Amino acid sequence: MRFSERWLRTLVDPPIDTAALCERLTMAGLEVEEAVPAAPPFSGVVVGRIDKAEPHPNADRLRLCAVDAGTGAVLQIVCGAPNAGVGMKVPCALIGAKLPGGFAVSKAAVRGVESNGMLCSAKELGIGDDASGLLALPEDALIGASVRDTLSLDDTLITLKLTPNRTDCLSMLGIAREVAAITGAPLFPPGIFAVPVGVATRRRVVVEDSGACPRFASRTIEGIDSGAPTPGWMKERIERSGIRSISPVVDITNYVMLELGQPMHAYDDRLLDGAIVVRFARAGETLTLLNEQTLALEPDMLLVADEKKPLGLAGIMGGVHSGINDATTTVFLEAAYWNPAIIQGKSRRLGFASDAGYRFERGVDFDGCARAVERATQLILDVCGGRAGPLDDECGEFPRRDPVRVRPPRVARLLGIALSADAIGGLFDRLRLTYRRESDDFLVTPPTFRFDLAIEEDFVEEIARLYGYAAIPAPPSAHVQSMLPDAEAALSVNGLKRKLVARDWQEAITFSFVNSAWEAALFPDRDAESAAIAVLNPIASHLDVMRTTMAGGLIEVLRTNLARRQDRVRVFEAGRCFQRAGAGYDQPLRLGGLAFGDAEPEQWGMAKRAADLFDIKSDLEALVAPRSLATVPGDHPALHPGRAATVLLDGRSIGWLGELHPRLVKHFDLSRAPILFELDLARLTSRPLPTARPISKLPVVRRDLALVVDEGVTVGDVLAALEAAKPPSVEALRLFDLYRGPGLLQGKKSFAILVLMQDTERTLTDADIDATVAELLRVAKDRFGATLRQ
Amino acid sequence: MDELDRIVTAALAEFAAAADPAALENSKAGYLGKAGALTVLLKSLGKLPAADRPAAGAAINEAKVKLESALAARRDALADAKLERQLASEALDVSLPGRGRGIGGLHPITQTLERIETLFRSLGFEVADGPEIEDDFHNFTALNTPEDHPARSMHDTFYVEGGHVLRTHTSPIQVRYMETHAPPIKIIAPGRVYRVDSDATHSPMFHQVEGLWIGEDVSFADLKGVFTEFLRNFFERDDLEVRFRPSFFPFTEPSAEIDMSFGDGWLEIAGSGQVHPNVLKAVGIDPEKYQGFAFGMGPDRLTMLRYGVNDLRLFYENDLRFLRQFA
Repeated sequence: MRFSERWLRTLVDPPIDTAALCERLTMAGLEVEEAVPAAPPFSGVVVGRIDKAEPHPNADRLRLCAVDAGTGAVLQIVCGAPNAGVGMKVPCALIGAKLPGGFAVSKAAVRGVESNGMLCSAKELGIGDDASGLLALPEDALIGASVRDTLSLDDTLITLKLTPNRTDCLSMLGIAREVAAITGAPLFPPGIFAVPVGVATRRRVVVEDSGACPRFASRTIEGIDSGAPTPGWMKERIERSGIRSISPVVDITNYVMLELGQPMHAYDDRLLDGAIVVRFARAGETLTLLNEQTLALEPDMLLVADEKKPLGLAGIMGGVHSGINDATTTVFLEAAYWNPAIIQGKSRRLGFASDAGYRFERGVDFDGCARAVERATQLILDVCGGRAGPLDDECGEFPRRDPVRVRPPRVARLLGIALSADAIGGLFDRLRLTYRRESDDFLVTPPTFRFDLAIEEDFVEEIARLYGYAAIPAPPSAHVQSMLPDAEAALSVNGLKRKLVARDWQEAITFSFVNSAWEAALFPDRDAESAAIAVLNPIASHLDVMRTTMAGGLIEVLRTNLARRQDRVRVFEAGRCFQRAGAGYDQPLRLGGLAFGDAEPEQWGMAKRAADLFDIKSDLEALVAPRSLATVPGDHPALHPGRAATVLLDGRSIGWLGELHPRLVKHFDLSRAPILFELDLARLTSRPLPTARPISKLPVVRRDLALVVDEGVTVGDVLAALEAAKPPSVEALRLFDLYRGPGLLQGKKSFAILVLMQDTERTLTDADIDATVAELLRVAKDRFGATLRQ
Repeated sequence: MDELDRIVTAALAEFAAAADPAALENSKAGYLGKAGALTVLLKSLGKLPAADRPAAGAAINEAKVKLESALAARRDALADAKLERQLASEALDVSLPGRGRGIGGLHPITQTLERIETLFRSLGFEVADGPEIEDDFHNFTALNTPEDHPARSMHDTFYVEGGHVLRTHTSPIQVRYMETHAPPIKIIAPGRVYRVDSDATHSPMFHQVEGLWIGEDVSFADLKGVFTEFLRNFFERDDLEVRFRPSFFPFTEPSAEIDMSFGDGWLEIAGSGQVHPNVLKAVGIDPEKYQGFAFGMGPDRLTMLRYGVNDLRLFYENDLRFLRQFA
């Protein structure tokens, strides 16, 4: 809602300046989004009349004007404007005038002829875009008067960012009412009276559904002059509210909407056939609206129609074929109250918004319809002449305004301030609320123009607003507190993130919606059931599905950074992935990572080496410590089939780890394969509490086993088998070397495994040790055909 | 005893001249060894008259002690010199860079969220979570925003296949939490939210932190107290000005927009208010008995203010050069 401060001050004029007024409005919940001067500062510009305009002796396109600017002398001013005509009243900047931008007007010679001032265009005064000619001032403007006063330029255009509940402030009267309540200044509402009826003409109105249209006020006015000009003051007010001046009758309906908040519609009475019928649309009907859009009407659309055709979409927009035009002599005026439920959602469905629809869907003062018709009639008669018919006011059942009980103790408890019943009554008085006292309680009747006051809490907000949010104390929290539980076995997601950060990983946050093309590339064989969930109205076509994996976003992060010459990327992200689960959705929290480039940053004293799966596995091991994870061959479609692992924790899969499939390395145009992982976060966020065991003081014995096995045997299987078969004296079994090459047959490899032995009760003898090693060897031989390396 | 003086003088000179431990030990043998000059002299004591022997013996012993001490001193000196040389040869250029792993970092928004959680936990708020694909009921209806309510146009909602929405705010977590927990309730709920909007100050995905405190007498004044205290602690500025201004949200009444002073003006930081009785009723909490406040703030904007980031989109672009500044 944008409006002229001068207009507002005709209705309520508190003794505070513009800045203070804006501050008070904002702090009362009517946020001032912008307050800009109607014109930039300038001075010394007065109304001048061009009395003579003769050609310039030395320039074809310039003229010498003799101007009367009320200074007592005739001023000779050189002017280049094509529209400079004799008799015209124009802005005249006198010598010494300061124009916008700081330009000072001085006596000057233009092409050898003296010029004693400057005649101005709208653009030169900073009040319009028109630079094509001089700004024509009204014929009745006083010569010599300040242009600022003549055009009321010392005004501020205030824009309110209204919340959807304050529909009552979509009018000057509503804002004025609010300013009066906030500041205590007296309110001067516009004087509205019933105009004398000049003719008996009336058009019958039939409201078929009074629930949808509880009120329909109308009147016919005959004999108007639709060519009369809109008065300057009215034009100025509606234009400063951002509405273009069109024709006097349309301007007047818009003016009344701005003034009183009641949207109105004016019809050319000649174009109406029979009675006005308010009814729902019938199948097959169409209507072309004022915005030239032709609608196929649906049965839940309420219409204003006549006996032959739809005229307009009730409360939203009129039709193009029945509106006011240059030839209109009889006007039919409408001011209705539409049930908001009928209007709500229609704009969204139709894909356009209108001033009327915006107001009606939020609620318009149903008590004001007839008053608006009187106000508009009065203005039409003043501006266009004519004779008014009788007012027709069809009334159904109005919205209920049941009194609401407001209990002062409840007010105090909700707001945390002690307010006496009398103080509350005082605030209600300032809001002009009607109430009745019942001992200390108030029974308050919501006003007809407020649609946001229905329960006690709504009035509590009114009390708080008027009392001032700033005046409510902000005490430090004095409530009794109990200590929050802190489960030691629960690991926070942030804790896990910090472990990765300590191991040289950078966290990223990517969009949860991704490109369906990435998803299709990563999972080429998906069926419709497992495909990514589509976003129906994506912000961009490449963000059209919900991610099922973190991989796509992380690859995109990699590509972004490679394009910016970052050649080593180690990024991770924690967040949800999304998949269908029957009729619902599965939204697990996942931890995904991508490592590309060298294992370590390039540095002195260390050979460069590309990161591989095992570098990343050690980071994952650190995440789950003290538990240990296992990796077994996996088959993720986005991974290299021979370099893909399923990650197991306690024997169950928690995710995957591996190298991007060469097909995708090519698809994403990468120079080499990144290592990727993705784990189920829920499985990582708990751990067993440590239970201490005694540490043996007996000596530790180490024996190394070098086992030769076939290439197909995995170290995981061998260690698991040895682990299962080991006697209690074996403390640890660990692979410490892997060898292929000279000394071994083709297709063989050697695992070097260290065996740490220690007993808790006695020192192990050579015989014990030999027996243990022999047993482990036997297991390796029997299960995997292992031999001892020579 | 000229002989003794001569031996001592010669020995001291020889010890001092020894260039290394081997030469020193050779010299020692020449004087103090079995056939050494001093040993020979000692053995010759027997040839002296008995009366002279004690004095001569004492003189020789004194000379022996002197030589042994000179020997020890020279040994130490040689060892020290050797160590000096070794240390000099082992010296490092300590200005060389450290070696090994690089340094990772948390995303700046994560750092803000962590900070918010820490501050609110210290006031007894627990952390709650909820789904991001949300049903209409939890995102709107239970929050007193029925279908076709004009307030729905405040949010430009993303819709997904299957009839659900991407949550437009973290408020549905309030509802879900109240459905399963009885008052008193004191939670914050950080998370991602989604709205159809994209420019330098709007991202189609961003973060919110919801707060909810329901008790028997948790008032609007408490909201002011808690949130003001939070902002001052978050920005570590006791003089930070915070203002509460009337606003509208369907799920709070009274409602307040929370602004903080910034430069010459004010910046919106959060929406808040006393939980609307309809919201409490929808989850089976008696609004006559319980009341409290809720707020929803934008950690992305707090991060921008805290660290001087001027474009929201930088957070979701994940340029490592940008992110590393927050390591």
